[in-house]
Amino acid sequence: MNDHIYDFSQLTRHIDESLRAAMSPTWAVVVELVIIGLVFLTFYALLGLFLVYAERKVCALMQNRIGPNRVGKWGLLQTIADLLKLLTKELVYIERADKFLFNLAPFIVIIASFMAIAAIPFAKGLQAIDLNIGIFYIIAVTSVGVIGILIGGWASNSKYSLIGAMRSGAQVISYELSVGLSLLSVVIFSGSMQLSEIIRSQADGWWIFKGHIPAFIAFLIYLVAATAEINRGPFDLAEAESELTAGFHTEYSGIKFAFFFLAEYINMFIVASIATTMFLGGWLPLHIDHWAAFNRVMDYIPSIVWFFAKTFFIIYVIMWFKWTFPRLRIDQLLTLEWKYLLPLNLINTIVIAFIVMMGWHF
Amino acid sequence: MSEVIKNYIVRENEDYIVNMGPQHPSTHGVLRLELVLSGETVKQVVPHIGYIHRGIEKMCEYDTYKQIVHLTDRMDYLSAHINNEAVCLLVENALEIEVPERVKYIRVVLDELTRIASHQLWWSAYGMDLGALTAFFYGMRDREKILDIFEESFGSRLLHSFNTPGGLMHDVHPNFQKHAMEFVKYFRKKLPEYKQLLTDNVIFRNRTQGIGVMSRETAIAYGVTGPSGRGSGFSCDVRKIAPYGVYDQLEFEQILYEQGDSFARYMVRMKEMEQSLNIIEQAVDKITDGPFTAKVKPIIKLPEGEYYQRVETARGELGVYVVSDGKKFPYRVRFRSPNFSNLFVLNTIARGHLIADLVAISGSLDLVIPDIDR
Amino acid sequence: MKSNEELVKYFTDLLPHAQVSEGKQYVEIVVDLDKWHETAKTLAECELKFDFMVDITAVDYIPKFMIVCHLTSTTTRDFIVLKTYIEDRDNPTIDTLSDIWPTAEFQEREIYDLFGIRFNNHPDLRRLFLEDDYGYPLRKDFRDDINMIELKN
Repeated sequence: MNDHIYDFSQLTRHIDESLRAAMSPTWAVVVELVIIGLVFLTFYALLGLFLVYAERKVCALMQNRIGPNRVGKWGLLQTIADLLKLLTKELVYIERADKFLFNLAPFIVIIASFMAIAAIPFAKGLQAIDLNIGIFYIIAVTSVGVIGILIGGWASNSKYSLIGAMRSGAQVISYELSVGLSLLSVVIFSGSMQLSEIIRSQADGWWIFKGHIPAFIAFLIYLVAATAEINRGPFDLAEAESELTAGFHTEYSGIKFAFFFLAEYINMFIVASIATTMFLGGWLPLHIDHWAAFNRVMDYIPSIVWFFAKTFFIIYVIMWFKWTFPRLRIDQLLTLEWKYLLPLNLINTIVIAFIVMMGWHF
Repeated sequence: MSEVIKNYIVRENEDYIVNMGPQHPSTHGVLRLELVLSGETVKQVVPHIGYIHRGIEKMCEYDTYKQIVHLTDRMDYLSAHINNEAVCLLVENALEIEVPERVKYIRVVLDELTRIASHQLWWSAYGMDLGALTAFFYGMRDREKILDIFEESFGSRLLHSFNTPGGLMHDVHPNFQKHAMEFVKYFRKKLPEYKQLLTDNVIFRNRTQGIGVMSRETAIAYGVTGPSGRGSGFSCDVRKIAPYGVYDQLEFEQILYEQGDSFARYMVRMKEMEQSLNIIEQAVDKITDGPFTAKVKPIIKLPEGEYYQRVETARGELGVYVVSDGKKFPYRVRFRSPNFSNLFVLNTIARGHLIADLVAISGSLDLVIPDIDR
Repeated sequence: MKSNEELVKYFTDLLPHAQVSEGKQYVEIVVDLDKWHETAKTLAECELKFDFMVDITAVDYIPKFMIVCHLTSTTTRDFIVLKTYIEDRDNPTIDTLSDIWPTAEFQEREIYDLFGIRFNNHPDLRRLFLEDDYGYPLRKDFRDDINMIELKN
């Protein structure tokens, strides 16, 4: 096996060692933090731009259209043009809004998604912090975002925004349970909450294959619940443009709106990358038992490509949902969670615990 | 009726009052609905209209009969052709003008094409109302084919004012029959897609079934006609009950559903599109050669008296009431627009539902606001 | 569905106080103003059951107003016209029919808006399209000096 190729830990170690050689350890850490921050900021911006473009292209595919095709080759620069437009737009001042909270809300939303992205293992050895409670940290941090939505909806002093924010609150709190429980099933399988450990446990097969049917059920539940948690169609009740005009961000304009918009896409990426890490083996290549030649070829594909290919596949599926289904109603949404997904999930968790206890999984 | 339903706002302390409109994505025009909410539950819907009131009835009093035809386009712009026909039929009946057979069948084909185009637009917009954004593009794609047929013959796509008392403005394009038949074949193939995308979708069914139930009695009491009324089992198709033109010589069914919910109203329109295709197929074959208009005097003067003409537009029964004093301008013109009555049933059937349901219900009533305000 | 002659005979018996004529298209029933509501109720409850009010509107024959109401029966499909005249031009009032046919509530609001005819016992008599201080545009003597739509022959 050629585990060493495409291993980012060598690169990061090299940077670390050279920095430590050049300056005191404290400064080395500070410089490293700055580098990581800058890399993530750049990555974040580029990812946002790309996902918006991808969404528009996927949407166009679903709707018999061409999609953006004027700015740049294949419309690739369209989102940059959009960004410039949003940056130059006037920030509308809302009379009688709670100004401090109104301005704070987009930052909370975007910081929440920014914090979550830090713990995601992008490739072998490419992970900013490998916490021993990694998955727990991500679940905790992503749910901070809803506070931003609630604050934004409340502070806008608009009735539509408030309804949207309240819907969003009810929705995210409910679906948090299903997301947590379905991820718990993988934690039970792998016996660890550390993301690198979870990936290592999938070296001989992804959990979606190894974990029999219960793991597959957990994966499906995760997909549904995660879509709901990031307020995307068919669960986009917080926005629901045909009912609440634009829901919680009705009153936001310019770059503050762009923050909400960007955070939505980054959240989608986070959710998809967690699904990849937990169920689809993260950056591990696809291996099939006894197919030595096939496995060798797969090994030559860099781990970062594997990670992004899987993640974008999940993102594509989430987009596919959005552009084909009608929106649910708020009571149907909560019924789905509390009456169907949650009991199913609890049973599923017990079944998984039993399987693990008996050692029936591969 | 046992319960007295108040159509004006009665405020209580805890009520949350939201103005939906006049600029709102799902009111499809400048309609303002004042909602009294308790949480998300709608306690009352009070429609406020008049944002696009143009005084068409008053304008008609200063126009000749040929000019009035052009004003009717601007009421229900999606059934423009059928509105035109209402005035034309009224004048023709009053003056006892014998319209050529060719014209009668061309009018039927155009009526039904208009009806299909209108239903397609409604279907597209209904999908959007319920959050299925992709539906819009499928509906619009097929509607484009009809508009192309219109454009080929009349030069305009939406408000073609092609009818005139006595016949048509000019003859249709030689390809008209061919293209109409091609459209029938094309659209028959595309209708299953509509079924796959929305009709059979579980979420869609849950969002519409049992929502906004309107009993037959309510429909009659509020004068709800058209597909909305027929979804409640109210047999109100003017094409059947008081046939005009050549509808009595064509075979088609009046679609009736008994449930009276949003889904029933939806299904009536879906089935009606199929029926319209059948009508077009029959009528296209019967378009004979001949003149495109009867001989009509340049200035039409109706004999003194009152005239009433009912037609079935895509949204219900349109009544044109004309009082003539024998001059070239009518003394009084009144349009009984279907949407006017259809709108005001909203309060009765939407109360107790959620905001999302209100959108589903008002969408299923298929309102066109300029027709309400006139 | 009865022929117009049968309908005339039927209504002459049913409504002794009304003038029933065959009319050009449909049977026309003209009643006095004070019998308006009573007649409407009789028509809605008679054996033909005129349960569907297609339309109610007004016509301004200076100096009097005509209220005209098109009724149809959803069972027999008969179609009739019910009329009355309001002589009092300064303060025209008439009984509402909205308790018989709920759809009349809104049609009557429109009449009030455009003609200034008041309806007694109407649950919610407000202007429908226009502002409160606007005139009554469908009256023949309405003058709007700003937006003139009048033709001078």
